[in-house]
Amino acid sequence: MKIPNDLLYTETHEWVRVEDNQITIGITDYAQSQLKDVVYVELPEIGSIYKKGDPIGSVESVKTVSDIFSPVSGRVRETNIALKDQPDLINKDPYGKGWIVRMEVSDKKELLGLLSAKAYEDFLSKEN
Amino acid sequence: MGNFHRYIPHTEDERKEMLQSIGASCIEDLFESIPREFRLLTLLNLPEPLSESELLNYFKNIEPPTFISFLGGGAYRHFIPSIVPKLVSRSEFYTAYTPYQAEISQGTLQAIFEYQSLICQLTGMEVSNASMYDGATSLAEAVLMANRITKRPKIIISKAIHPEYRKVLETYIDPEVQKIITIPYKEETGETDKDILFDNIDEDLNAVIIQSPNFFGVIEDLTEVAERVHEKGGIFIVCFSEAIAYGILAPPGMFGADIVSGEGQSLGIPLSYGGPHLGIFTTREKFVRNMPGRLVGETFDIEGRRGFVLTLATREQHIRRERATSNICTNEGLCALMATIFLSSLGKEGLKELALMNLSKTEYTKKRILEINVGKLRFLAPTFNEFVIELKDNPEEVLMKLREKGILGGLILKPYFPELDRHILITVTEMNSKEEIDRFVEVLTKIL
Amino acid sequence: MEKIIPKGLIQDEPLIFEISKKGRKGYSLPRWDVEKIDPLGIIPKNLLRGELEGFPELSEVDVVRHFTRLSQWNYGVETGLYPLGSCTMKYNPQLNEEIAKIKGFMDLHPYTPEELCQGALEIMYELQNLLAEIVGMDKVTLQPAAGAHGELTGMLMIKAALKARGENRHKVLVPDTAHGTNCSTSTIASFQIVEIKSNERGVISPEAISRLMDTDVSAVMITNPNTLGFFEEHLPKIAEIVHQKGGFVYCDGANLNALMGKVKLGSLGVDVVHINLHKTFSTPHGGGGPGSGPVAVKKELVPFLPVPVIEKVDGNYRLNYDRPFSIGKVKAFYGNFGVALKAYAYILSMGAEGLKTAAEMAVLNANYLLHKLKPYYYLPYDRPCMHECVFSDRFQEKYNITTLDIAKRLIDYGYHPPTIYFPLVVRGAIMIEPTETESKDNLDRFIEVMIQIAKEAQEQPELLRRAPQKVKVRRLDEVLAARRPKLRWKPKDKDHMEGEIK
Repeated sequence: MKIPNDLLYTETHEWVRVEDNQITIGITDYAQSQLKDVVYVELPEIGSIYKKGDPIGSVESVKTVSDIFSPVSGRVRETNIALKDQPDLINKDPYGKGWIVRMEVSDKKELLGLLSAKAYEDFLSKEN
Repeated sequence: MGNFHRYIPHTEDERKEMLQSIGASCIEDLFESIPREFRLLTLLNLPEPLSESELLNYFKNIEPPTFISFLGGGAYRHFIPSIVPKLVSRSEFYTAYTPYQAEISQGTLQAIFEYQSLICQLTGMEVSNASMYDGATSLAEAVLMANRITKRPKIIISKAIHPEYRKVLETYIDPEVQKIITIPYKEETGETDKDILFDNIDEDLNAVIIQSPNFFGVIEDLTEVAERVHEKGGIFIVCFSEAIAYGILAPPGMFGADIVSGEGQSLGIPLSYGGPHLGIFTTREKFVRNMPGRLVGETFDIEGRRGFVLTLATREQHIRRERATSNICTNEGLCALMATIFLSSLGKEGLKELALMNLSKTEYTKKRILEINVGKLRFLAPTFNEFVIELKDNPEEVLMKLREKGILGGLILKPYFPELDRHILITVTEMNSKEEIDRFVEVLTKIL
Repeated sequence: MEKIIPKGLIQDEPLIFEISKKGRKGYSLPRWDVEKIDPLGIIPKNLLRGELEGFPELSEVDVVRHFTRLSQWNYGVETGLYPLGSCTMKYNPQLNEEIAKIKGFMDLHPYTPEELCQGALEIMYELQNLLAEIVGMDKVTLQPAAGAHGELTGMLMIKAALKARGENRHKVLVPDTAHGTNCSTSTIASFQIVEIKSNERGVISPEAISRLMDTDVSAVMITNPNTLGFFEEHLPKIAEIVHQKGGFVYCDGANLNALMGKVKLGSLGVDVVHINLHKTFSTPHGGGGPGSGPVAVKKELVPFLPVPVIEKVDGNYRLNYDRPFSIGKVKAFYGNFGVALKAYAYILSMGAEGLKTAAEMAVLNANYLLHKLKPYYYLPYDRPCMHECVFSDRFQEKYNITTLDIAKRLIDYGYHPPTIYFPLVVRGAIMIEPTETESKDNLDRFIEVMIQIAKEAQEQPELLRRAPQKVKVRRLDEVLAARRPKLRWKPKDKDHMEGEIK
């Protein structure tokens, strides 16, 4: 189970890469392994504003749907449209080409509430 | 005694054996979990069971009489080729369940795929589902789908849409979330008043709904509606109750409709006193994930063979539960199969000819009725296989006298449209021979 | 990869569009006895279509052979045991099919004046009464076309009843074992769902309800027996708690087959229940319908029933539309009469003793299976069941075999698999409902096969993973079907996968 050290995580299995005022969001290796083959990704509208914890989209496999929750409050800057034709990028490269949304963060303090790689790893072992 | 045993095979000995192997002393033991005070001590108060022949006699004795009929209004008497009931009574079709186990349901799945394809061609749309309950609920679900897409409150609906469809729609929508605006029909032509309709289109628009041919049999001119609706970001829904019309009429897909829903009973499905019928539901590819109902898709098996599966199931209730696109589970599968066989049998030329025959017989009937001066043609726009006559005499009396001669002359409109108090809707299909039509006219002439 | 060796009768058959030949005709229309109109003479050109592109041209022989072959790839109740949990795949009496074909009923137009269709109205009226007696309620509507449709009707009636009291409640309590339709129905009726967890006995406890019940809860939706196959033994107490705070008890009657003649749902405190005629009352499933989902209610909800209500006045049956508090209509016309007719014939064939025996044998059969299979398949709730039992794949996990593999291997043995992966509270659930129309011999055969499969899971798991093998198509690529949906044949299609939806 890959859990890169340079990222932050949520208990709902999103990962966050912080770049200045902007974050990139995706779902973790654990999440994609649970979902199995991703068939469709519902992406948010560019420009939409969300609060921390709001559902901003979803990832579908054949038999399940999982919501993606906003790790912080902010506005959607960019979405990974490559996922339209290649939703399996999430399975193949969840932390790289399988990124989902880029957001502008409105309150940087919220980033402090996210889990470190180690904390997420602990969380996963407790879950199982 | 003994009648039901042909359905319940357990012998006395078998029951004993089975109870013994479970470790129960009697059947009642198995119902322990029902609190004692609620367990029934006497038999239900139901009629004494009838044997097979007694039952057949009973039903034959209460069988309603048949008449020469000019009734329509959302349910139509059409010819059903003998191969339709024959093929759907193959027990592998009608005693099968939903095709969840695709490997042993390829018959059902391929047939539904063929159905979806035919319906798309018929309506000029891009995707069809595997069926809904009927034309009325199909329309209601179309509006719910439009609401999921636009999230806006205003529904503009034509008064010329089947009154029962409008009633069902009212039941389905939440009045706190959606408002229905009803657009009148034009007095002279019977078409929806497009000017008034366009006036009502604004940023609050969820959907505009027009039926064609409409409840009066009038063929609506759908041009320009899609453009106006899309300008304001709304959804254009077209519904229909007589599917045969699209054998010759331009399908709603050609006019930019976003959703086309309707009734498919005309396609080889018996009248059956109002049900089961067939809800047709189609839309554009871009909206497919918002669409209710089952979908069958083509794919391959592990050996590269083509096969069919239920797909995009994440929209449905068993996966998405409370956020599903609909709660529909069981639909009208066997009726969709009837329609598929019907359309396969008629084919390209047959459906066109059937539609033409309906149109021609209706025009003949119109002409003959107008000749005898019983009333006037109420709406002047072109019609398909139904039209409205305003009678000189009391419609109830006229229809009663026709009835005495074995003819159901049409549908009285007053209960649905109080302003049309002397009017009846007359429907003519390929099942009305020239003799029947001439007889109808003859009896009408004598009544006056 | 083992090749399938064709065994005689599994014929291949292309799509109807692929066997179509220009110029073939398969129809026989009534003759042209009136003048053939040129549509252009009456209808503007822009409202007319050109050719019916993409429609096939086939002979009658083509059509008959095509659909006959398709049917041979299917499995129905008449093929063999169909143990789908909560679906009640019992035998569909042939007699009912004959009755539905009686012309006077089959060809009856719904707008035929009431006086001329008394027979049809009699059937609907009497069936309503019989169903009311069976479930112990006051009045029934036959209008809903399926179970889920009945659920919506019931929930809308509850909503209307609350509104009539001047109340506007927002929540519905739904057990974690509920069928997905319960949740989606509540959403359509504009309610929010609050989930109740089942206890260690697999039922809902009164305490769980007490904790969640308040004056913003409109109803509890409960299935009885539930989808684990257990009688909701606390239902009377639960009903008390809910009623005390002014709420209603909605019962999902899908599993009524276990209770007929043994207990009346109405006596347990149920206010409204839907019945699945295509389950409990033997009407055929049709490969996905048509069904019929009548709804039975207690007095308090009677004013809200959909219109028209079928009544009997002075020996005559009539349709009453004068119901000011009705929720309106949930379907055009009166309901799936053609289905109701078959259910009515069934009840008249069975009588009270027959229905009671059906329930008893259904429960006996399920318990027999439970007992015989539990050494081989894990039983999450080890106690007697009602008409269905739920196992899981826990014993087989150590061989890396899943519920799906077990199901697919059953197909190789000539069986339709049970319901899998439902209810959600059991991981890898296998839900088996044999129904009363299966004999002990049939069950013994099935048990033998299930034991064999459990053995194979241990000794030759590959057989399960590669299953099914003896079928027309093997495991299908559902991922591809969902990623690149191809939902129709298009006229420009020449090869199989051309014309993909982009």
